[in-house]
Amino acid sequence: MGVSTICPTPAPPAMTLENLFEFPEGRRILTCLQCGMCAGTCPYGDVMDFPPRRIIAMLRAGMLEKVFESESLLACVACYACMAKCPRDIRLTEVLLPLMKEQALLHMPELPGELQKALQNTLRYGNPLGESARKRAAWVKTAGVPVRIFQEDPAPADILWFVECYTSYYPRGQDCSRATARLFHALGVDFAILGNEEKCAGECGRLTWEPGLFETLMDYNMAVFQKYRFRRLVTSCPHAYNAFKNRYTSAGFGYELDHATPFLGRHLDRLRPLLSRRLEAKVTYHDPCCLGRQNEFYDAPRNLLKAIPGVKLVEMTHNRVNSICCGGGGGGMWLDTYFKSRGMERLSERRVKEAAATGADVLAVSCPYEISRFEDALKVLGFDKQLRVRDVTELLAESMEG
Amino acid sequence: MNLLVLLKMVPDVVEELDIASGGAGLDMDVARMALSESDDHALEQALLLKERMGGTVAVLAVDAAEVDDALFTALAKGADRALKVDAGGVSQAGTRALADLLARVIADGHNLLPVDLILTGTQAIDDLDGLVAPLVAHQLGLPYLGIVTEVTPEPAGKVASVVKEYSGGVRGRFEVDLPAVLGIQSAERPPRYVPVAKVRAAMKTQRIETVEAPTLADGGMALAEVKSMSKPEEAGRAEMIEGTPESASARLCGILADRGLV
Repeated sequence: MGVSTICPTPAPPAMTLENLFEFPEGRRILTCLQCGMCAGTCPYGDVMDFPPRRIIAMLRAGMLEKVFESESLLACVACYACMAKCPRDIRLTEVLLPLMKEQALLHMPELPGELQKALQNTLRYGNPLGESARKRAAWVKTAGVPVRIFQEDPAPADILWFVECYTSYYPRGQDCSRATARLFHALGVDFAILGNEEKCAGECGRLTWEPGLFETLMDYNMAVFQKYRFRRLVTSCPHAYNAFKNRYTSAGFGYELDHATPFLGRHLDRLRPLLSRRLEAKVTYHDPCCLGRQNEFYDAPRNLLKAIPGVKLVEMTHNRVNSICCGGGGGGMWLDTYFKSRGMERLSERRVKEAAATGADVLAVSCPYEISRFEDALKVLGFDKQLRVRDVTELLAESMEG
Repeated sequence: MNLLVLLKMVPDVVEELDIASGGAGLDMDVARMALSESDDHALEQALLLKERMGGTVAVLAVDAAEVDDALFTALAKGADRALKVDAGGVSQAGTRALADLLARVIADGHNLLPVDLILTGTQAIDDLDGLVAPLVAHQLGLPYLGIVTEVTPEPAGKVASVVKEYSGGVRGRFEVDLPAVLGIQSAERPPRYVPVAKVRAAMKTQRIETVEAPTLADGGMALAEVKSMSKPEEAGRAEMIEGTPESASARLCGILADRGLV
């Protein structure tokens, strides 16, 4: 009895707001010039009572209670724009804002319902959608190619493919997983997945409000990794990539790491001869925050797209480091109703307007959040006839057919 | 104000439910257990009353899979005590035995008395009986009201004003002498979020008091037992309309027109 989801192991000593200045990343806040680049580049800086620049000023003046009582931090979509532009390299998105949000969560009388549900679901079912943990690998039956699940066949594999949540459950995300499986198969990659043993990597938990949720998921996933033998972890989700690269290392994560798009980019020479079908499409590529700004994979997805016969790549006004967030990061995925109730423009809508303005037929993405966000936004704005959303892997797999 | 909340774990319907091989119950080996949703509301209401009026909140549950998570979560949210009755499967024995067991634990010491209000969910999805609260009230000789959506104790703590829901949105306001047992339909606000770090801290610093099961009337025998249980039958009357959006919508319009619905 009493099987527990929540692991009670003590967390390693972590940075808190109280001990912030004992860490080099924290002390860096003292060097802030108050130049306002962060507030200016923040996609919701105009609607925040306290944009990042003011938060730093108030932190230094010891006036934080006001920030916690405001709703400013709910509007942070963890897009890394402020951090990318900061001339002093202050780790805003990585360090300061998560600590602030953690405190805001404790102060907030009520969390927006969808965000609360997503956090509770992620703890209980290992995915924010609230789907059964036992159905996480159900999509595999429709993959069309063999997908090995470690639990069923624990022989060592070269690559552990960490599929992640939306790519496991959301129907359009599953399309992306089926495409990835077919690409891996065609390239002869020796891979296996964790199947129903996998749980969300937890990146949005950490960047959102919930270090405890993140640590619980990290402890869990690390324990599962140790059951199997593999050399490299490849994930379909830039958020998971980010979590493994920057946070799981504190729990001993030492595997080679890749996101599926740059991984395929490195195998482009072998992939190119397989891309036989012309797609005849004008494609614009959206840089996901965690893959682009945070990890600087700008060229790999573009090179993959250009390798598809018939694809003409066009750029949106804001691209690469200036890419506009889809609004799904840092918990924004579950705050659309809240944003709408505050009269805020959905960032996904702001983004697809730019995409439509390029005259492209396809909006290419490489983050599982973006498929649902952009498809919804296209429908809301009436662009869904002229513009399709496709993951880079979907386009590659489409070109491989026939 | 001393508040006691009765919590119960029920099968989680997010997971697929299966009938056990005997055919007379759920296969509990594959079911996952979750806190009954209306019990979560009862806990929220108790915590709100504690914040407003002072006092303590104790939570009491019968042992079940994942019950420790539910109890530590209650402690992390602000409950002061958590008790777990080690009842060796009595929760399967029916509502009457469960109510008998809870009433005896409440009355048998364990420092749960005196109590001002006993709150529990008005109905749980595993039996839909809605009888635990009234049976506990009966056994303890206390007044009972169910389908409650609002509780306002008078400052002196002798009586409470209680709103109960009826069908069609009709609401009735009652005045009930305390102590009383209330079946909560919904709390004033949705159950609060508790950061997982707080639950982890509760697991380290607080403990669940384990209580031995008391001897029950009739040995906890159920007066009515399930003879057989079955999943919904597939009637096969649904027709899946295939094809392009245009042809499917044309077919749908045709069906609606044939039936005289449009």
